[in-house]
Amino acid sequence: MSSSTSGEFRSNLIVGMLEWVGELGSFFWGVLRAAVTPPFQVAEFVRQLDEIGAKSFPLVALAGSAIGVVLALEAHSSLVRFGARALLPATVVFSVITEMGPILTGLIVSGRVGAGIGAELAAMKVTEQIDAIEASAVDPQKLLAATRICACIIALPLLTLVASFFGVLLGWVATSFIEPITLVRFVNDGFRGASFKDFLPPTFKTCIYGMIIGTVASYQGMRAKGGAIGVGSAATTSVVLSSLLVILADVLLVKIILLFFP
Amino acid sequence: MPMAQENKSADVQDAGSIEPAIDIQSVTKSFGSQKVLDGVSFQVHRGETRAILGRSGTGKSVLLRIIVGLQTPDSGAAMILGVNMATGTDKEISDVRKRMGFLFQHAALYDSLTVEDNVAFPLVHHRKDMPESDRKERVNDLLKEVGLEGHGNKMPADISGGMQKRAGLARALALDPVILLLDEPTAGLDPISSSEIDELILNLQDKHQMASIVVTHDMISAKTIATRIALMDQGKIVIEGSFEDLRKSNESFVSQFLHRDF
Repeated sequence: MSSSTSGEFRSNLIVGMLEWVGELGSFFWGVLRAAVTPPFQVAEFVRQLDEIGAKSFPLVALAGSAIGVVLALEAHSSLVRFGARALLPATVVFSVITEMGPILTGLIVSGRVGAGIGAELAAMKVTEQIDAIEASAVDPQKLLAATRICACIIALPLLTLVASFFGVLLGWVATSFIEPITLVRFVNDGFRGASFKDFLPPTFKTCIYGMIIGTVASYQGMRAKGGAIGVGSAATTSVVLSSLLVILADVLLVKIILLFFP
Repeated sequence: MPMAQENKSADVQDAGSIEPAIDIQSVTKSFGSQKVLDGVSFQVHRGETRAILGRSGTGKSVLLRIIVGLQTPDSGAAMILGVNMATGTDKEISDVRKRMGFLFQHAALYDSLTVEDNVAFPLVHHRKDMPESDRKERVNDLLKEVGLEGHGNKMPADISGGMQKRAGLARALALDPVILLLDEPTAGLDPISSSEIDELILNLQDKHQMASIVVTHDMISAKTIATRIALMDQGKIVIEGSFEDLRKSNESFVSQFLHRDF
């Protein structure tokens, strides 16, 4: 009896997950169609770019700085142990730019922006504001979802550059506390032998993170039900699901990038 | 219903429209096993105000949502200005919605916009060729019409429930609709605010000669503003006619409704 109950629970869970994925895909397709059909909601897009991009700047810069410092301190002790102290700038630069900067930015934005979009759209949904937009012959998917998703796609690589810049800068500051090194030498050593293919794909893979965060948060927000509980639930699930999908996407994208840019 | 308005409504109908603006044809709608609309049919012509009364959960608001195309009926049709709102093309439905004003039960003002931006919302999206000065003038006229002159810069959260309803009404009137749908316009308001809203609706109806549907629990309000009243129970219209027709009815359900308020 209990094994049949647990089997039923598992099958319900799988069906629920497949339904969610199917509905998310259908939602994204609708948004994509709305996004490429005139009239374009330029003013709302610019507002969202400011909300998602500019207002995330301090947090991302701070997190990038922290990761630069931690990486420099941690890597220094390990590299000294193996007699590879000279590789410290390259370790910091490559770690920050190829992986730590992008994934950190993705997770921070999914926390700050994912929760914001999820809660805002959920509150609009439960107070009938989204219905009011639709009743006014304005497509809510175009006005609310497409603008936010596009802003996330544009903002994420820019924020990643911010995180990477501050990571490298503060990585140098931390390194120079341990053993003095000029910024020019740190950068020269760090970027020696590097090419654009080392840095562009990891930075631009964050467009995919942006698409995931914007889509999941908009979808969770616009399907919210049930007052304050629904709003809270939409905000939480937006963060949890978008963070989880960003991490999964990172695994896949690293493999794909290595395949195309060995 | 004042006699003068009843006569005027009849004149407009005779002189102008042959086709009803709103033609509800045997609409049924169920949620799970609960049938909320069971073969509802009626017509509303321009210049006519139809009040729909009934107990909570009898499908009155669902009917309004079907008329706007926010929900689709299980069977039957909502023909609005000659367009079936369930099967019409996106463009047809959008064109109908531009000629329709909808006041939501809780006004559904966009809480991130000021009152005047809320009222300007339909104009911004559908009258793109309108110069900004003309748009401002139109918004000021609408605010004046609903008695909110001088409150345009306030946020929805900073005004009272009655003022929110007025702002919602101004937004619903922004595109000069031929159809006006009002979902419980006096719900939650004190008797003085309720009669002010009733007076406002009467004046607007007198001026714009729209086809209006008012969903309400408030028999006094229905008596004041409606040319015809339909009473719903268990998804069906049990009686329809003028207030006097309802008063003469021997149906116990009708008596209960009347005696609650008078």
